[in-house]
Amino acid sequence: MAIKTRRPAGEKLKSRNSNLKNVNNYGYLFCLPFVIAFVVFNIYPVFRTFQMSLMNYKGFGKETFIGFQNYIRAFKDVLFRESFVNTLKMWGLNIVLQLGLALLLTIIFNDIKYRMRGLSIFRAIFYLPNLIACTSVAFLFKTLLDWKYGSFNQVLMDLGIISEQINWLKGEAGTAQAVVGVVGAWMWFGNSFIMLMAGVQGINASYFEAAYIDGANRWQVFSKITMPLLRPIMLYVAVTSLIGGLQLFDIPYLISGTTGDPGRSLVTAVFYLYNTAFKNNQMGYAAALAFVLFLIISVFCGIAFKLMNRKEDD
Amino acid sequence: MTLAKVKHKSVKSLLYLFLILLSTVCFAPFWMMIINATRSGNEIMTGFSMLPGSSLTTNWEVVARNVDLGRGFVNSLFIAICNTALVSYFSALTAYGLAFYKFRGNKVIFTALLIFMMVPSQLSMLGFYDLCNKMHLIDSYWPLILPSIASPSTVFFLRQYILSVMPRSVLEAPRIDGAGELAIFHRIALPIMAPGIATMAIGAFIGSWNSYLLPMLIINTPAKRTLPVMVAELNAVRDITTNLGASYLAVAISVVPIMIAFCFFSKYIISGISAGSVKE
Repeated sequence: MAIKTRRPAGEKLKSRNSNLKNVNNYGYLFCLPFVIAFVVFNIYPVFRTFQMSLMNYKGFGKETFIGFQNYIRAFKDVLFRESFVNTLKMWGLNIVLQLGLALLLTIIFNDIKYRMRGLSIFRAIFYLPNLIACTSVAFLFKTLLDWKYGSFNQVLMDLGIISEQINWLKGEAGTAQAVVGVVGAWMWFGNSFIMLMAGVQGINASYFEAAYIDGANRWQVFSKITMPLLRPIMLYVAVTSLIGGLQLFDIPYLISGTTGDPGRSLVTAVFYLYNTAFKNNQMGYAAALAFVLFLIISVFCGIAFKLMNRKEDD
Repeated sequence: MTLAKVKHKSVKSLLYLFLILLSTVCFAPFWMMIINATRSGNEIMTGFSMLPGSSLTTNWEVVARNVDLGRGFVNSLFIAICNTALVSYFSALTAYGLAFYKFRGNKVIFTALLIFMMVPSQLSMLGFYDLCNKMHLIDSYWPLILPSIASPSTVFFLRQYILSVMPRSVLEAPRIDGAGELAIFHRIALPIMAPGIATMAIGAFIGSWNSYLLPMLIINTPAKRTLPVMVAELNAVRDITTNLGASYLAVAISVVPIMIAFCFFSKYIISGISAGSVKE
């Protein structure tokens, strides 16, 4: 080490310090591309959205400042409220099915007594629908669930489960919303399952063994060991699903053939935002809707955190 | 004892039955799609059959006459590869910079990045579209590719990753030997980070491949459209919506390549999700 230094010994310490300082300047170089792209594509657009939300702006042409009028309008907008309620309904069914199924599978695969095999193959099958683009899923289900000619009704009738074709997507509002919720759960439960499994594998196996030796039954193991230790990852899954779910767009938009029917029941909040911005050319108002939606999501996330943390204190 | 054993066995078989049933539910829509893609529109209207039909080529002709899915495939692949490369390289570079250099602004960048991980995309979407509009970038691929340089969640993940796998002392020897900082990053840090990068790269690829809203907004020229946008547009193509066989085939073309790729990569994809969820 010392042999390599060509400088006189007295200067060594000083030069080393200044070297280190110079070296640290490389941090700027390493982060520069990120910072530029981050400012241009992430930070600026958010500020621009906020700026637009204070304007009367069509998305092109003149902008006039109108203060918080767009926000006032958003809070009075019945259609926006309706679209938000639609989103909540579809997401609600989706998350209950998705997390419920994921949790059930996690319990099955972690049962110390039954020792189920084939985890990797089942996990892969359950995860498969996640990989398919939402647009393909929506188009596929739209075709499969066709009232008259859809294979789904045909199979159910062949099996004698139903006696009359069900109009899944163009009949009752509730049915169509349920379809979207179930399709969402079908797509994403595999992902939640993998996350929960990863969470369980992070739990020390000796806990389970000890409980088993002490004669704890399955419910006790689940409620006293698995659930409490899974709470952080459950929170993570719930919050990401909430943020994603409240932005539900692709599937309802495409499965309804971009109309949102029956009876606007498939118009979600982001769907409404999209229509406002790009079909009705009310960019300024749509920007305000985006911020209102963000506010609501933040409140919901805050509540989710609070609820989860409170249970931990018990 | 034997009774308990019988009960044990039967419960276990019931559980397997449940798992197989659930797998069937997961796979059935794809199965119906593949079968129906080979049957004619009339056959599909009359009822479902478990066996494939013989109209694959006629269906293909209808699809090929109306949409250029091959083109969409190539477009999507090009964009996804660019995105994956940019996300991987620049996120690693930034993560390394944040993890191993002490400079003013380091904390600020890290905090900003954490905040933006929480911000939902629709908040920046309208501003981003407006920016592209003003910069005359509509209908070009730049707005779909360049933003990958800044992927806050990937940088965050990789920063945590490199701090946990690479001790600072690794850097000392090459520095004393006079290696440049960029060379150290490329020769030493990048290979060490490779598993973490691969995890994030797979996610980035899938995300880009499946993304719909932004490509739909940005791209106008039909020939430049990505595969998901083309699939979404199928609703508007009368020849296809009136011929159910062609509809199914068109979707199958968009789905099957991913399914084949998944057969080879499923292990990495799934371990990637597991790693991501535990680390984050």
